[in-house]
Amino acid sequence: MIKIIVVGNGMVGYKFCEKFISKPGQEKYQITVFGEEPRRAYDRVHLSEYFAGKSADDLSMSTSNWYTENNIILNTSELITDINREDKTIHTHLETTHTYDYLVLATGSSAFVPPIKGVEKEGVFVYRTIEDLDAIMSYAKKIKANGSTEAAVLGGGLLGLEAAKAVRDLGLNPHVVEFAPRLMPRQLDKAASDMLQSKIEELNIGIHLNKATQYIDGAESITGMMFAEEELLKVDMLVVSAGIKPRDELGRVSGLEVGVRGGIVVNNKMQTSDPSIFAIGEVALYNHMIYGLVAPGYEMADVAAEQILGSDKVMRDTIDMSTQLKLIGVEVASFGDPFIENEEVTAIIFENKFNGTYKRINVTKDGKTLLGGILVGDSSDYNGLFQIYSNAMALPPNPEDLILGSRGGETSTLGNAMDLPDTAVICSCENVTKGAICCSITDGTCETLGDVVKLTKATSGCGGCKPMVVDLVKAAQKSIGKEIKETICEHFHYTRQELFDIVKINKYTNFYEVVDHHGSGDGCEVCKPIVASIFSSIYNDTANKHVTTQDTNDRYLANIQRNGTYSVVPRIAAGEITPEKLVVIGEVAKQFGLYTKITGAQRIDLFGATLNDLPEIWRILIDNGFESGHAYGKSLRAVKSCVGNAWCRYGMDDSTTFAIELENRYKGIRSPHKLKGGVSACIRECAEARGKDFGLIAVEGGWNLYICGNGGANPKHAVLLAEQIDKETVFKYMDRFLMYYIRTAGPLVRTATWLEKLDGGLDYLKEVIIHDRIGICETLESEMETLIGTYECEWKQVLEKPRLMQRFSHFVNSEDKDDNIEYVPVRDQKMPKSWNF
Amino acid sequence: MENVLDKYKTVAIADVKIWFKAGTIKDFPSNRGGCIKYKDKQIAVFNFERRNEWYACQNACPHKMEMVLSRGMTGSADNVPKIACPMHKKTFSLVDGSNLNGEDYSIATYPVKIVEDEVMIGFVD
Repeated sequence: MIKIIVVGNGMVGYKFCEKFISKPGQEKYQITVFGEEPRRAYDRVHLSEYFAGKSADDLSMSTSNWYTENNIILNTSELITDINREDKTIHTHLETTHTYDYLVLATGSSAFVPPIKGVEKEGVFVYRTIEDLDAIMSYAKKIKANGSTEAAVLGGGLLGLEAAKAVRDLGLNPHVVEFAPRLMPRQLDKAASDMLQSKIEELNIGIHLNKATQYIDGAESITGMMFAEEELLKVDMLVVSAGIKPRDELGRVSGLEVGVRGGIVVNNKMQTSDPSIFAIGEVALYNHMIYGLVAPGYEMADVAAEQILGSDKVMRDTIDMSTQLKLIGVEVASFGDPFIENEEVTAIIFENKFNGTYKRINVTKDGKTLLGGILVGDSSDYNGLFQIYSNAMALPPNPEDLILGSRGGETSTLGNAMDLPDTAVICSCENVTKGAICCSITDGTCETLGDVVKLTKATSGCGGCKPMVVDLVKAAQKSIGKEIKETICEHFHYTRQELFDIVKINKYTNFYEVVDHHGSGDGCEVCKPIVASIFSSIYNDTANKHVTTQDTNDRYLANIQRNGTYSVVPRIAAGEITPEKLVVIGEVAKQFGLYTKITGAQRIDLFGATLNDLPEIWRILIDNGFESGHAYGKSLRAVKSCVGNAWCRYGMDDSTTFAIELENRYKGIRSPHKLKGGVSACIRECAEARGKDFGLIAVEGGWNLYICGNGGANPKHAVLLAEQIDKETVFKYMDRFLMYYIRTAGPLVRTATWLEKLDGGLDYLKEVIIHDRIGICETLESEMETLIGTYECEWKQVLEKPRLMQRFSHFVNSEDKDDNIEYVPVRDQKMPKSWNF
Repeated sequence: MENVLDKYKTVAIADVKIWFKAGTIKDFPSNRGGCIKYKDKQIAVFNFERRNEWYACQNACPHKMEMVLSRGMTGSADNVPKIACPMHKKTFSLVDGSNLNGEDYSIATYPVKIVEDEVMIGFVD
């Protein structure tokens, strides 16, 4: 056996082992790993999650038996003290000696502690290992017990900000102290740093830039930091996170070439000045640089493994330092050369202080090449921009579209993931190309996204590439003609339509029956409401019957608002209301202190009702002839109408009466999404009927029926289904149309999108519901008749059954209301205090 | 507003000093949540009857600090019991409070034990 000894069991040391054992020819080698820490290699990138409750085991890179399974000898808590290069042996602090054929130094780095007077004081820590974190945690607990609240972090770089989050998770107020005039000086320019600073300060984290610390104040333990301007920051703990120092001691004692400022010098094969000794990760000095990121470390591990196995793979000349991450909840990304701006290169900058985003791209003056950029606050464009940059792809005619989005058509400027060259690196942590991802599907090795992740390890590092990987897998599946099923969620491998049939055929009436027989697990916030809605569509069960599986609005028969209170909308069919009823609404609003507003659907919304008050509000409304308006349900909302020929001198027909009839006919019926209707008495179209799921316009000789329109985010005009038909025919076609939609649409798909996706489109729909081509009209009509015949007001049901009232109390063990609700005045009414974080 | 969350810290069962009687089993709906008041805290309690398990966590959703988690929908992700906030569907593990959407904030959880018919929640103070 050829012996390889790996010194250091961090992320890169582990990755070396993982890569090595996956390569052909590795059988002839025996790997022995030495780590000075007591545990297996763990994920240092996500170290701050240790404070947020993750255990050391959660952070571990491998399972406890991974090393034995793969025939690797792991020695933890054993420090290598010397290398004898002539004998090819190493010596440990336990006085043992081991021989090697190849030695891989992956000793990493330690925290760099600047030589400030007093750093040895109690309460000053570094942020590097799980042991460091344990020490920080127990010290924080101690000083908190003594009433301390303030702690500082020295260093405003990536790691420093991570440490600040960790300090905050411990319940202390962090102050970030940075020597440079900006945060993350290696990745951000001043404006980006300012934006990041203001976002972080909103979270009550102090930022102190341009600060040179003179000394650490305090007798035995730290009580403050004195800055150059004689300014004292009072803190009881300090976490130093000001950079890294390569652990190159072994290189020095054994006479390997080291850099002036540390690091063991390596060539592009990752060889040190001794060809049988390799150095990888943060200890390796490549191109006069130490790379403190995981991705280059992993690439070095791969190169070293290939070299030992005799391949000629070498490290790239330039190493990409692009990063995308979330710091204390703020998205930050930087790629390529983030700062370059000169005679040939110009920067395009977009800054929005209102929502806290900053975007910068550096483009050559000919507008052809993207050289780098910075994103703060919203890094959703990162993947696309990074691909354009790293593959030197062509830019759109107006390069600013890359960060502003195309303001004309609907096409994405960042293009389709499938347009990328096969060599494009999609996952830079694991160095996985587009070709590798797509091939694994097209050659049949993998079937699903999960298979691809397992095989290539793409997305398993920082996870930033996930959306692109998902797109590529989908596109590759499609390219080999594999049907991609739009299944509901992890609990059901069915579409909504399939589930609808399953429920109907098996006559299920309870969610758990369905999930136990046809799904797995306990359901979730996606599938539960879908199944509840299917029950309602089949049996016309009101929301009261499926309380457990309804969304909050259906569960409480009201619409949840920003502060956790609810709004109440009684039905005012077609917007017609008597003065007496208007007075009732006013009185109710006054009695319960509610904010009132007219809705877009000709109704009145009463805001700010507490959970406890809902039943009493309904009681008064019902006693005065109102009923639920179902504003909370995926069901018919309102049928809007103009006043019609009763008053209007142009009216051709009685639109108000017809709208009331339609609203009462379909009220309470649950559907895949909300439904809105409109009736206009002439082609002036005052009721905006063509912007609704169904619309009627009075014409000479009857009504024109339009279907599948909507307002909202993607406005769509309804299309003509039938002309000059009478009322009876309208009801007939409407019954068939709505029932067909309810049975076949996907969850939360409105009628317009449903029609767009329907094979054969409008012509086919006409065949089905007018000419009865597939012979289902009778069934559709009778199903609809059942629904119409079984309508009940859900509010009334609650009031009649004390058992149902139990859920309308904020506390189980107290009559009190939620005391967390605060209001501010607005134009003689009130509104919830704003969310200012 | 941040200090709303300072009140809530996960309690490990070994650290419990007070077992607070929150009510009897029948006071709590099955397979969804109920909110209880303990001193100045609001705690959401879930009777996960289907799994024969009980869980408790802070009632405040750490996303927008509203007292609404008890009104959320229970479910599971990879067989881990979870709660989805009714406001913006942020989901959290009921076992360790971790955020299942990959965001930074998480929730505090509390041990629950059932003694005869009593539902008891564990606190340190």
